[in-house]
Amino acid sequence: MSELVLGQLAPLAVLGALLGLDVVAFPQAMLSRPIVAATLTGGFLGVPERGLLVGVALEFFALESMPFGATRYPEWGSASVVGAALFAPVAEGTAGAMLLAVLVALGTAGLGGSSVHLLRRVNAALARRQQVRIARGSGSAVVALQLAGLTADLVRGGLLTVAVLLVARPATTALLGALTVSATLSRAMVVGTASAVGLAALWKLGRTTPGAPWYLAVGLGAGFALAGGLL
Amino acid sequence: MFLRLFAIQGAWNYETMTGNGIAFCLEPALRRLPGGRGGAAYAEAMARQSGYFNAHPYLAAVAVGALARAELDGIPAAQIERFKVAATGPLGSIGDRLVWAGWLPFCSALALLAFGLGAAPGVVVGLFLACYNIVHVALRAWGLRAGWVHGLRVAQALGTPILRQGPAHVTRATALLAGLALPSAAVGIIGPGRAVLGGVLGGVIALAAAITALQGRADGWRVALFVLALFTLFASVR
Repeated sequence: MSELVLGQLAPLAVLGALLGLDVVAFPQAMLSRPIVAATLTGGFLGVPERGLLVGVALEFFALESMPFGATRYPEWGSASVVGAALFAPVAEGTAGAMLLAVLVALGTAGLGGSSVHLLRRVNAALARRQQVRIARGSGSAVVALQLAGLTADLVRGGLLTVAVLLVARPATTALLGALTVSATLSRAMVVGTASAVGLAALWKLGRTTPGAPWYLAVGLGAGFALAGGLL
Repeated sequence: MFLRLFAIQGAWNYETMTGNGIAFCLEPALRRLPGGRGGAAYAEAMARQSGYFNAHPYLAAVAVGALARAELDGIPAAQIERFKVAATGPLGSIGDRLVWAGWLPFCSALALLAFGLGAAPGVVVGLFLACYNIVHVALRAWGLRAGWVHGLRVAQALGTPILRQGPAHVTRATALLAGLALPSAAVGIIGPGRAVLGGVLGGVIALAAAITALQGRADGWRVALFVLALFTLFASVR
């Protein structure tokens, strides 16, 4: 792990904990969306632009997984902190840096989703333990259960961030030296897959609404014209 | 009560779902029941409200307001229970369509477009958070007030045109904006050497079609994880 990130590990863990908490438990203000969380992490490391770059890539993926009720979905808050913390300190133009950061962030999002699922089962077990008091109408038991759930979620996000960073940073640093692709090609690969997931998600969201697929088609047409002008 | 709404899912679990959160949010109001915290009315109401409940977290505010009003008005327990059962479905589906499938992707698309047009990181993040949270906080505040004003007859407030027709309009606006944002945001990430853009476009269309064809049998992000892992392997051993 680079010295910069090692020195910042504790604050990054706090960031991962807080942004992981935002996904479901508190306050669900979407600070945990990749475009926000990764940019905040980049800003914390002194390079918000690089945080934003990886955040935008992850945001495409996150378009697919909205936090619908009891479904299992990736946990993007801590994952975005990890992705940005891996990408931000690497020198600009390093081949494969974004590829590896996004790859690890996707894996972390999956792990985070599983840890949220586990937490929900722990919450259920805690609720069963307090069942008698709650059935008697104890307000303090209800509040204690809520605080326990919030605290456990906070700890979950922090531990996940630290654990992944401790393993992934040395591994990605070693892998970066071994990659034989250009920075442009590796970024194009990330953008290609991310855009594909985002486009498929938008299609799924819009296809049941009358007219929405046409709006998407018109938007894409205008978007390509706009992007052509930006080139 | 309003501040507690932001932590309504703090103890979410697969058995009572948001149930404990509902009781947690109602608790300050229930202290006003005869006898206060130690009274029998408080204990009965807390026990009743901590059972199973599920709804969209923002629109659960409607239920919290209505239940607080019902408990303080001394509405019979059976009627309160019937309301909780009846409210679960509508408060979940309206919130899911309006927020998760509508407003959130809309704000994401807006932020992606801002990035694609070259906005600074602070502007992109500020734009997303301000747009999203104006509606988020307003929805929670409106829900709590509507529930409190209408009590268990709050269904009429849910019939407002914004909640009935709003989701379809937001979805169309999201589709248009996201279509506009996707190409410019992709160009913004790839950076110098944009000659590969044609190849990327072909790959995007092919992979998006493949993910859509999978129709829920595999999540797109898992497919992407697999593709990127394969590419990394290829790039490191060739």
